Amino acid sequence: MDLFDMKMPDQLIVWGNPLINGAWISIILVTLGIVFVLTKYKKWRWLWDEWLTTVDHKKIGIMYIVSALLMLFRGGVDALLMRIQLALPNLEFLDAQHYNEIFTTHGTVMIIFMAMPFLIGLMNVAVPLQIGARDVAFPTLNAISFWLFFAGALLFNLSFVIGGSPDAGWTNYVPLAGEELTPGIGINYYLWGLQISGIGTLATGINFLVTILKMRAPGMTLMRMPMFTWSTLITSVIIVFAFPVLTVALALLTFDRLLGAHFFTIDGGGMPMMWANLFWIWGHPEVYIVILPAFGIFSEVISTFARKRLFGYSAMVVSIVAISALSFLVWVHHFFTMGNGPWINSVFSITTMAIAIPTGVKVFNWLFTMYKGRIEFTTPMLWSLAFIPNFIIGGVTGVMLASAPADYQYHNSYFLISHFHYVLIGGTVFGCLAGLYYWWPKMFGFKINERISKWAFWVFVIGFNMTFIPMYLVGLKGMPRRIYTYREGLGWTGLNFIETVGTFVMGAGFVLLVWAIIYSIRHAKRDYESDPWNGRTLEWAIASPPPHYNFARVPRITGQDPLWRAKKKGETIFEEKTPLKPIHMPNHTGIPAVMAGFWFVAGFGFVFEWIPVGLAGILGVLLCMMWRSLTDYHDHHEVPVTELRDAAAEEIKNAGGRSARGVVNDG
Amino acid sequence: MEPFLKGRWKWLTVVGMLMFFLTGCSSNIKAGVLNPQGPVAQKQYDLIMWSIILMSVILVVVFTLFVVILIKYRARPENEGYEPPDQEGNRLLEVVWTMIPVIIVIALAVPTVTTTFDLEKSPSPDKEPITIEAESAQWKWIFKYPVQGIETVNYVKIPANVPVRFQLESHDAMNSFWVPELGGQEYTMAKMPMYLWLEADKPGTYLGRGANFTGRDFAKMEFTVEAEKPSDFDDWVKQVKETAPAQSKEEFEKLLEPGTVGRMTFSSYPEDEKKDSSDHGHGHGSSKEHHESNSH
Amino acid sequence: MAELDQKVNLPDFPEYQTEDGRLKIFGFWVFLAAEVVLFSTLFATYLVFKDQTAGGPTAKDLFEVKEFMAETLILLTSSFTCGLATLKMRLGQKKGVLMWMGLTLLLGLGFMVMEIGEFIKYVGEGATIGTSAFLSAFYVLLSTHGVHVSLGILWVSLLLIQVVKRGLTPITSRKLFIAGLYWHFLDVVWIFVFTAVYLTGLVS
Repeated sequence: MDLFDMKMPDQLIVWGNPLINGAWISIILVTLGIVFVLTKYKKWRWLWDEWLTTVDHKKIGIMYIVSALLMLFRGGVDALLMRIQLALPNLEFLDAQHYNEIFTTHGTVMIIFMAMPFLIGLMNVAVPLQIGARDVAFPTLNAISFWLFFAGALLFNLSFVIGGSPDAGWTNYVPLAGEELTPGIGINYYLWGLQISGIGTLATGINFLVTILKMRAPGMTLMRMPMFTWSTLITSVIIVFAFPVLTVALALLTFDRLLGAHFFTIDGGGMPMMWANLFWIWGHPEVYIVILPAFGIFSEVISTFARKRLFGYSAMVVSIVAISALSFLVWVHHFFTMGNGPWINSVFSITTMAIAIPTGVKVFNWLFTMYKGRIEFTTPMLWSLAFIPNFIIGGVTGVMLASAPADYQYHNSYFLISHFHYVLIGGTVFGCLAGLYYWWPKMFGFKINERISKWAFWVFVIGFNMTFIPMYLVGLKGMPRRIYTYREGLGWTGLNFIETVGTFVMGAGFVLLVWAIIYSIRHAKRDYESDPWNGRTLEWAIASPPPHYNFARVPRITGQDPLWRAKKKGETIFEEKTPLKPIHMPNHTGIPAVMAGFWFVAGFGFVFEWIPVGLAGILGVLLCMMWRSLTDYHDHHEVPVTELRDAAAEEIKNAGGRSARGVVNDG
Repeated sequence: MEPFLKGRWKWLTVVGMLMFFLTGCSSNIKAGVLNPQGPVAQKQYDLIMWSIILMSVILVVVFTLFVVILIKYRARPENEGYEPPDQEGNRLLEVVWTMIPVIIVIALAVPTVTTTFDLEKSPSPDKEPITIEAESAQWKWIFKYPVQGIETVNYVKIPANVPVRFQLESHDAMNSFWVPELGGQEYTMAKMPMYLWLEADKPGTYLGRGANFTGRDFAKMEFTVEAEKPSDFDDWVKQVKETAPAQSKEEFEKLLEPGTVGRMTFSSYPEDEKKDSSDHGHGHGSSKEHHESNSH
Repeated sequence: MAELDQKVNLPDFPEYQTEDGRLKIFGFWVFLAAEVVLFSTLFATYLVFKDQTAGGPTAKDLFEVKEFMAETLILLTSSFTCGLATLKMRLGQKKGVLMWMGLTLLLGLGFMVMEIGEFIKYVGEGATIGTSAFLSAFYVLLSTHGVHVSLGILWVSLLLIQVVKRGLTPITSRKLFIAGLYWHFLDVVWIFVFTAVYLTGLVS
């Protein structure tokens, strides 16, 4: 059977273009560098024991965040390359093919391998701590989720040096992305990279849904949960209901390309429009998967640094729920211009506009959280504050786009590009950075340098607006997205040039941010303060960084913002009289990383349509699952009471009630 | 305290700088979408302007609140010991700011729906329309005049002040037919013909392009829409019929192969390509009979 | 054998005895919700494409009542035997569990043999996944179900080894219970396949 032919693509190793040669060389050098450092300092064992086999949600969170920052860099370099190419008319910095690959990978990397893992990383770090849990419901599955994301991201990122990148846009519309019009393996990378990491994301959704519903500390009722936990819960629900649709869409296109099926082909009764529907039935909820957790982070940060409880807590909860429900009812607005007829367009216009209502409620609630507060401009707060005006600009243009007849003019233009960058950068990226700065001291025991970070903030935000305000205008002047060059005399040149300059300013902001982090890692004082921000929620009641079991005693919750209540009202979270008990914690395991390795092999095999390799990878995955099933009888160990004493004392000191805390409670 | 009380001044500087840049560099914003040259584009323009007014209200309200709150309630050395009140919320306020977006959404939804239905119909129902088939291929635009029996590539002539019903279809990848100054876009899809009404108010040349990515030379899929006085248009058709070459089936097939071409004009196009547009429903098939009688 | 002794040690609803067990069962229900979305998408796809035969064979040309009725009966019976196994598990009767679950496995295998036979026959008649959108959707929907059943067979076999080795404990009971949920779920999916694919295929 020809399925078992191991064909070689025309160019297995991509070489020749100076940019790609540079990428190759840097990949090799960085890899060698890492191997050298690990060997020289004898860190291989440490890497395996402490990180590759860990099931600790905090470490997994950190690995997610580090990977996401790397992907932010990669996607950002893509953006810079695109902007150089478009800075002036008729440039030949990139050719059409290279440009098409880069905008495709930019979009895919930023959404799937940057925004989502960044937020999932923050969820991992914060959510179990916020609800008083010792881990997530399924720690091993959590590690599997991470490693599947990692395998998918690695596979996807390999594409530009081995075999060629996908080049049909992150939306991957058929028939363009079909075998007939785009043969070759680029699109396969897209399909398998997303498929593998998508399975991991689905598992994350299940994991956090169960964790939040079933593992909250006593007294932590749903309506006492911190807003970030609420947004994580709702995000998990969206993941569970949206991701299977992506799984199916990707699988069907894979069958079209691999087995000659006719789901999305022009011939054989296929329907290209079906792809648009399936993609956006997943894709629109996906937008909310990356924005709702950011909303949660802003709620935490704004409340903390306004020194005031979140205004209209229940309205905030209702808004998130409403947004999540509406997110499944608006997908057609991504293709108003596909001949859906006036009735369908009208209905979807209205549902889309309706999203503005709960979102507006949230914005006003954030503003009024700060009303009569005492606002401190720390870096996490700056990112959260910048979110409000920038997101509003993205939001109101979103409402404009929701109007179907007007969308006929905005669709596929830079107006649309600017809109979603305002919500995705102004919302998601600002949220990720706010969360990174906010929880950094909890993860590592010291703050990121505020002075450099504030420079980074201002440079980034200025560059951001310089890039995207002109995009609205050039869009209205008729510039469509995804063109690799344009001619003179269209009135686009000046605006495009400002955009390019703005992008470089943003890039400088990112460099400053990285510098702030490196500088702080080297120089910041390790004060290991439990509560450096004067926080309100449970994660600030335990040590920084927290012990691997998080809580020596299970906390008892009596209201919202439990730590704030403990500090101000003298309520007791940790009861000193409760005797310490040994804690059951899950063992480290190498199965997740190994299993993801097999997924990678399978993905790689199927990308190149080397069926035997693909099947071998799948077999490996199955063997890992079987191995796990046979050996999970003794996957826990006990942390003895003697090890808990210090952590318990820290808890009592921070939130142990009036008597233990002495003089603090005069207010 | 860090010197970030100056934060708001920085903001103002940013905005000021941006305004300066933008006004300086984009001397002529009256182009494209904001320069409507026909009834369809005009309707969309009016809707866009209305939405901008509504959205400006939101922007002004939120930005003002934002700035005032930040200035008034920022931490200062003087309010060091200030303990913010423990406010749960405010039902009345929350109802107010739920209702404001509701009203704004209704104010935008009503004209949205009416315009959506309007755009399905001829912009000038009392005038006799003409039909032109606009077909995208990798990477060129092919225009067929079923009544006149002629074909053009990468440009299309239309009579001014006459509603044009563009019948849209693709030979391969999905594109989108967009002439910003005459009206919004619609996708072109293989085996799924759709239509788009456009009309030019006066003679002139309007830039059109494919808006949906179709691969390598997508950026070059530009075409012009040249509106002429109806009498000039008729003369042009006559001239094309007399002077332009006929297009053979092989030539048409060759045209469809991936690649770019310049402007082309043909006095006829192959018979089986004059396909039955009315097969696919969508009504408005009045030009069909003309087609049958005129093309021989 | 020691089954009867074990019955004494095992509490009622052993699968729910540990915190871990309760979490896993709840988590599995959430997973099944995701599976419902997955299959719903496939069913929707099938219904969209079911008349897109592109000149190839139609549902009516292919389906044979006898065959799919037999498949349905076999799978429904397997769900019943699987339920009996869960009952025996709660009674702490290891031998009963092994017997009924073993029977379930055999029925599952029988189903798979029939389904694969059906596919081979169709392909022989020139109806492949590449023939038309209808057949693409048909094969993908049915093989997704079929792959689920096959994985289920592998999974349950593995569990039976563990039951033999370790007896019925709260952990093995929980594992059996979850595998049972999975098996019943696949049965429910099949009922929709039976209706949406085969029955409507015959009448259209």
